Amino acid sequence: MAKYKMHVLVCGGTGCHASESDTLLDNLKTIVADKGLDNEVQVIATGCFGFCEKGPIVKIMPDNTFYTQVSPADAREIVEEHLIKGRKVNRLLYVDPENKEHISDSKHMGFYKKQLRIALRNCGFIDPENIDEYISRDGYEALAKCLTEMTPQQVIEEMKKSGLRGRGGGGFSTGLKWEITSKSVSDIKYVVCNADEGDPGAFMDRSILEGDPHSVIEAMAICGYCIGASYGLVYIRAEYPLAIDRLKTAINQAREYGLLGNDILGTGFAFDIELRYGAGAFVCGEETALIHSMEGLRGEPTVKPPFPSVSGYYEKPTNVNNVETFANVPVIINKGADWFASIGTEKSKGTKVFALAGKINNVGLIEVPMGTTLREVIYEIGGGIKDGKKFKAVQTGGPSGGCLTEKHLDTPIDYDNLLASGSMMGSGGMIVMDEDDCMVSMAKFYLDFTVEESCGKCSPCRIGNKRLYEILDKITQGKGTRDDIDSLRNLSYVIKDTALCGLGQTSPNPVLSTIDNFWDEYIEHVTDKKCRSGQCKALLQYYIDPENCVGCTACARNCPVNAISGERKGIHVIDQATCIKCGACLEKCKFNAVFIK
Amino acid sequence: MGQVKSLADLRKIKEELQGKMSLREKSNNPESLVQVKVAMATCGIASGAKQVMDFFIEEFDKRNIQAVVTQTGCMGYCFAEPTVEVTLPGKEPVVFGYVDTRKADDIIEKYVKNGELVEGIIPVNYETIEKK
Ligand SMILES: Cc1cc2nc3c(=O)[nH]c(=O)nc-3n(C[C@H](O)[C@H](O)[C@H](O)COP(=O)(O)O)c2cc1C
Ligand code: FES
Ligand code: FES
Repeated sequence: MAKYKMHVLVCGGTGCHASESDTLLDNLKTIVADKGLDNEVQVIATGCFGFCEKGPIVKIMPDNTFYTQVSPADAREIVEEHLIKGRKVNRLLYVDPENKEHISDSKHMGFYKKQLRIALRNCGFIDPENIDEYISRDGYEALAKCLTEMTPQQVIEEMKKSGLRGRGGGGFSTGLKWEITSKSVSDIKYVVCNADEGDPGAFMDRSILEGDPHSVIEAMAICGYCIGASYGLVYIRAEYPLAIDRLKTAINQAREYGLLGNDILGTGFAFDIELRYGAGAFVCGEETALIHSMEGLRGEPTVKPPFPSVSGYYEKPTNVNNVETFANVPVIINKGADWFASIGTEKSKGTKVFALAGKINNVGLIEVPMGTTLREVIYEIGGGIKDGKKFKAVQTGGPSGGCLTEKHLDTPIDYDNLLASGSMMGSGGMIVMDEDDCMVSMAKFYLDFTVEESCGKCSPCRIGNKRLYEILDKITQGKGTRDDIDSLRNLSYVIKDTALCGLGQTSPNPVLSTIDNFWDEYIEHVTDKKCRSGQCKALLQYYIDPENCVGCTACARNCPVNAISGERKGIHVIDQATCIKCGACLEKCKFNAVFIK
Repeated sequence: MGQVKSLADLRKIKEELQGKMSLREKSNNPESLVQVKVAMATCGIASGAKQVMDFFIEEFDKRNIQAVVTQTGCMGYCFAEPTVEVTLPGKEPVVFGYVDTRKADDIIEKYVKNGELVEGIIPVNYETIEKK
């Protein structure tokens, strides 16, 4: 067997894939072979490294060199310089956003320093299409341990003791859910993996399935053993082709090895997994809607109880867990509940994966221990706010969540703290906003999403959210009144109390939390008709600064409604009543004389 | 590979891959291991650095010493190639010059195993970026 001295890990995640990491991989392989290095250097495609914004990523082991934004054309230089001569290719190294230094080794990157990777332990480390690499990282050992050394009840106890809570949003105790499903009496039961991932901006589930599909398969089998199920179903959205591909490959490999199928590891336990495709509707992530969708019905939710644990897929007891929840399971069994419970806060154990996005320097996928503060996430891992702007808010929990402000920055992130601050964990979307973002518009953005995604079955959600959207729109148009803010509040509470499913019950959260935290901004919009961040176009006023105006007439000539008057070589003025705020004058003025207020 | 019938089978696969994966596992935590850097610029390669590097990798494996062997660019001691920098856990790096396989063997037996210094040390005359 060839003895490799160096491993070149090339990201094969969706983000990097989109920027030609596959061609890069091919180039590297070809050049390595041409140079006769294929016995010493192994080139491997891995899952996402998390640092997708700077992709494609190439990591070289054992010296931990982390190359960013590598194009297929860079392959030759990497091979000739780094692999042969041991000289790092400086221009491809990550540059620290603060001190502009090139960082040669991933251990010194702020992005990775505070992270603790449990669910993402294998992402960017192993080849997801090679079951042996998974096994070499203790893969399937947890399954073997459960099947041969533990009773289902013992496994459930271990899960309960670990304190693992659902990562799909609700945060319900995973061990408890397994226990309830195991106690439901039935000839057939099901394990369902929720890979719908509907939250805008979230991609942690996709990354896990792409980068480490076996961990989810193994966990589903363990769950099956605990609850007495022989069938597993993964509900995954059809627009995740790479994740689907990797999952299929992994399932086939597991079957070949006899780790899925009949008589697993000679214990008589049988378990197999199939895929079910979703069409990408947000509400289909809700577990009852998801089950209906799998049954071939419309993806509409139903009232709980009965919970799926009692009556789910085709009315059989069904245990639904999220992808990230499952990814934690094998580690808990291998390392023990106590180890897991030692990480995190009192009531939220372990880590959480977040998709960090918005006005932040390091956009990407991160995993941190529960209890890490927002400040650490935003400033240390995220590298601070882009372009030196001022931090304004961070939105967590997607359309079901809310936004947190400056005063929350030192709050340790966990389920309960986020709820107490008026937001929530959700599936882990985290969008950072700066001074240029308008909070009313932000609430409107999420309401727009909810209106689109409502299944329409219940009127509070179908009609109520539409009305919320209309009022928000009116405010951003400069036509709102104080009463409108009160209506927003009242309507929000009614929707929360009366909607059928989690979608409607949480959809007013972005409205309520922005009203609470940014009351002044709402008042400015309705009384002063001003938007301080300049996002609400209708509220802006264009002016000409007489100091800078040279009378070139460029603005007047380009104004489509003739709102600008003034002599040639004389100072120009804009008639506010006629102005339609198109911004043409601002664009045309070469002397910085036009400004917005 | 056939079916995995038992935990023992699983462990066997794991062991077979250990060598291959250990390169990645170890490099996640290099500070706790012996680190050897072999200068592999043109000057180094020309004077046999490659054989020395291969020797280190194989011998650490054979003698069961947990180590990370990497290559670096020219360290500036072209007169003394092949040069090798050895860092024991918790210690300052030491650079050895004129390292052939015999000398490499000495370095492993004396310095790495017992912390005894061997001939050929080059005083470190540069600072790394991290120290600044
Ligand atoms: C509107 C709505 C959308 C949801 N979308 C998802 C989703 O995309 N992925 C997910 O895992 N859970 C989603 N959930 C939560 C699921 O209903 C369910 O609680 C979860 O899959 C249970 O798994 P867990 O206990 O491992 O979190 C959604 C819930 C609601 C109300
Ligand atoms: S997809 Fe490559 S780093 Fe995320
Ligand atoms: S879709 Fe569930 S309440 Fe509207």
